[in-house]
Amino acid sequence: MEITNQDFSNLLQYIFMGIQRGSIYALAAMGFNIIYNSTGVINFAQGEFVVYGGLMMVSLTMTMNLPVPVAFFFTVLFVMLIGILMERLTINTVKSPTVLRLVIITIGVSIFLEGIAMVSWGKNSHVLRHFSSSETFEVFGAMILPQTLWIIGILVFIALGFILFFNYTMTGKCMRACSINRDAARLVGINDRKMVMISFALSAGIGAIAGIIITPIIQMDYGRGTMLAIKGFGAAVVGGLGNSVGAIFAGILIGIIEAFGAGYISSHYMDAIALFFMLIVLFVKPSGIFGSSEASKLKEF
Amino acid sequence: MLRLVNVNSYYGLVHVLKNVSLHVNKGETVTLIGANGAGKSTTLRLISGLQSVKGGEVTFEGKDISRISAEKLVKLGIAHVPENRQIFRPMTVIENLELGGYLLYKENGKKELGKTIDEMFARFPILKERENQLAGTLSGGEQQMLAIAMALMCRPRLLLLDEPSMGLAPLIVKEIFNIINELKDQGDLTVLLVEQNANAALKIADRGYVMETGKIIIEEDAEALMKNQEVKRAYLGHDKREMWEK
Ligand SMILES: Nc1ncnc2c1ncn2[C@@H]1O[C@H](COP(=O)(O)OP(=O)(O)OP(=O)(O)O)[C@@H](O)[C@H]1O
Ligand SMILES: [Mg+2]
Repeated sequence: MEITNQDFSNLLQYIFMGIQRGSIYALAAMGFNIIYNSTGVINFAQGEFVVYGGLMMVSLTMTMNLPVPVAFFFTVLFVMLIGILMERLTINTVKSPTVLRLVIITIGVSIFLEGIAMVSWGKNSHVLRHFSSSETFEVFGAMILPQTLWIIGILVFIALGFILFFNYTMTGKCMRACSINRDAARLVGINDRKMVMISFALSAGIGAIAGIIITPIIQMDYGRGTMLAIKGFGAAVVGGLGNSVGAIFAGILIGIIEAFGAGYISSHYMDAIALFFMLIVLFVKPSGIFGSSEASKLKEF
Repeated sequence: MLRLVNVNSYYGLVHVLKNVSLHVNKGETVTLIGANGAGKSTTLRLISGLQSVKGGEVTFEGKDISRISAEKLVKLGIAHVPENRQIFRPMTVIENLELGGYLLYKENGKKELGKTIDEMFARFPILKERENQLAGTLSGGEQQMLAIAMALMCRPRLLLLDEPSMGLAPLIVKEIFNIINELKDQGDLTVLLVEQNANAALKIADRGYVMETGKIIIEEDAEALMKNQEVKRAYLGHDKREMWEK
């Protein structure tokens, strides 16, 4: 079989589509990891942070007509506040926190937030203007949206910020210290509960950004949180829980596999193919593609 | 300086410390010796706030500290070097020292932090050589020195040391104990030292307590303890024949 230009254009199209979707999973996965590293818990409300990011951005730009950068800032701030409130009101008040208890709390919070979102924004999907033009341009026959470039650019920006924060700031180092050895961290005077709060704030902020940048493409409604959380969680697991570099690669990988599945097989099976891939990885290498068996010993962000 | 009166502590339902009373005066080196599982580490964890106190009182410089959390006690001047070298293994030596000086950084800024790290490097030259190495890849002795240096970063007045000699060659143990002695000579540091190696501990200590199954059974001067028949038999591990021949 001859490979034609058309085939190549399609391939490129799917890859871009995959990276675009995958960036969102990567961001959601990073959110999972931050909280996982500070508490050992999977935060099931992570998808809700993404939804609130998208919906709040819709309200601020489409209804209140704020300029995009301003709305972006306030949306992230708003969702971070939700994250902080969630930690202070639910997680922090648990007297003897076990992983199971905390996980169940996050499920409860997720259902609660979903309900509030339904009441506030209704059941319909919301449209958000693209950051710049919504006209596609052509690269080797593939049609690319400027928004896709925004998404990729913002993912890169956040990944760099992440590395700088955790490696070069005292707060970042303290958060790593807490996740490596909580008692030892407390013995140098680090307030571990405060670090947990910061991790919820950061995680919510990253989720919000994911929601803001994807909404122009997928449209947002109150019920999208669960699927986003599952894919993001999948990316976190495939990348090796707690490993954020792994999460970014795994997120993009899952996005690309989905896009290929949609393009070459059928778009009906898109979600199924992604989930199937995650299950295979878990069967073959439960610590994730990028996780090592050393991971638990050298747990890092 | 430090005083425990009839302190009790539990892990779940297990009663591990039973009416423990002890005190450490300012400037003293006091050692706490005893067999495995006697409750020595638990006693230190309780003083540093990692373990909760049930009944009894714990005072530090006259202040009740039994309800104060670990991270706040560091501010009051208590540093705890836990057993098994609890350093941050996936982080570099210098990052570990920075974290050790977290409170110093918060209160006095970056400059003071850097200065104190240099002081530590002067005292532990081996750490300077390993500055950018991951702490988990250091040798046992180096890790112990790092753990002590981290504790010293926040300029404590009371240092709680949990088995600093564990798993180390005699020469390294000697070096570490020498450092502890030096520290004491130079500043106003008070030390509470938990040890299996009773011999070495009693040599540098002023006084000692012997602990057995959660209770303090003997309190004496270090010299007297070294001569105490029961301590000799149980913890010093030599002169056995002498005892049998009697
Ligand atoms: N986290 C824990 N959960 C339950 N029991 C514990 C825990 N830690 C210690 N214990 C129990 O408490 C008792 C005292 O332990 P501790 O560690 O204080 O002894 P130790 O004197 O320091 O012993 P070693 O010399 O072996 O370090 C032991 O019986 C131990 O099994
Ligand atoms: Mg012990």
